[in-house]
Amino acid sequence: MPESAFLYQYVLHLADDVLILGHRNSEWTGHGPILEQDIAISNIALDLIGQARNFYQYAAQLSTEGGISATEDGLAYLRDGWDFRNCLLTEQANGDWAKTILRQFFFSAHQVDLYERLAKGSDATLAAIGAKAYKEAVYHLRWSSEWVIRLGDGTEESRTRMVRALNELWEFTGEMHAPVPYELWAAGSGIGPDLSLLRLQWEERVRNIFDEAGLAYPSAQWMQTGGKEGRHTEQLGYILAEMQFLQRAYPGCEW
Amino acid sequence: MSNQWPLWEIFIRSKQGLDHKHAGSLHAADAEMAIENARDVYTRRMEGVSIWVVESKHIHASNPDEAASFYDPANDKVYRHPTFYDLPDELKHM
Repeated sequence: MPESAFLYQYVLHLADDVLILGHRNSEWTGHGPILEQDIAISNIALDLIGQARNFYQYAAQLSTEGGISATEDGLAYLRDGWDFRNCLLTEQANGDWAKTILRQFFFSAHQVDLYERLAKGSDATLAAIGAKAYKEAVYHLRWSSEWVIRLGDGTEESRTRMVRALNELWEFTGEMHAPVPYELWAAGSGIGPDLSLLRLQWEERVRNIFDEAGLAYPSAQWMQTGGKEGRHTEQLGYILAEMQFLQRAYPGCEW
Repeated sequence: MSNQWPLWEIFIRSKQGLDHKHAGSLHAADAEMAIENARDVYTRRMEGVSIWVVESKHIHASNPDEAASFYDPANDKVYRHPTFYDLPDELKHM
């Protein structure tokens, strides 16, 4: 595969991760457990969708150079499920507050190190996006870590919900650090991280917070994969149906 | 509403400001969460560079019913204002 195709896929993967997770978080807007947390999760959703825009704009630029001429909006609203390269974790349903928090925590614990590495990488555009988004990810990690501790080490009910969320989400965590060809290429080219190193950092972050939260670090090894290569859970279809409806029903619609 | 989180008063210092100004109040389970909530509610548009939070129950306020005895007596004490000094003509902008 030509280098430009690897780069294009890698950028789309980075974009899809944050668009899909951002969309999931945005489903809480107006439904948060308390006004202040409604605003907090909506802020995080906006941060993630802002990051997605930066990545999609870069992907659109790459596609133009490659003669495809995709647009930022077209990439978000007009691709089908098998073209999306987000990790399965990001598309999982919100469930209750505990599950949403834990999903964010798992992802942010990955994102901080990913973005820090992108910021030092050899692709100038990705480095600039990574440097800006890193600060946002650091806050998301702080915010979600505190909630994991609060619920894990809280009441019997909050703990039960956190443990249930852990059981439901754990099998989707391994994919973040299981490299696919475009990630191996990115690591080899000095653009992106070596995911085996990132995995160690992620484990340490998660273990530390789980210790504080009184949660046992799961021993289960078997992990779901496929999202980064377009093989998704049924969850993604529901997201796309809602997110893409308007552009598909009224092509080019603006408001 | 006994399961309601306690109320916190939020003070924000802006980039140009020297003092923390009262921005409003919000609910949070503890001080850490109050600071994060304040960050999300009151500094989204770059309003601040520093946040103080105080649980509302720790603020003691004067009683509005006593306003007459508290504040009115200052009304006729003009001599408390530094307006009775003769200033030299060369002194401007006072």
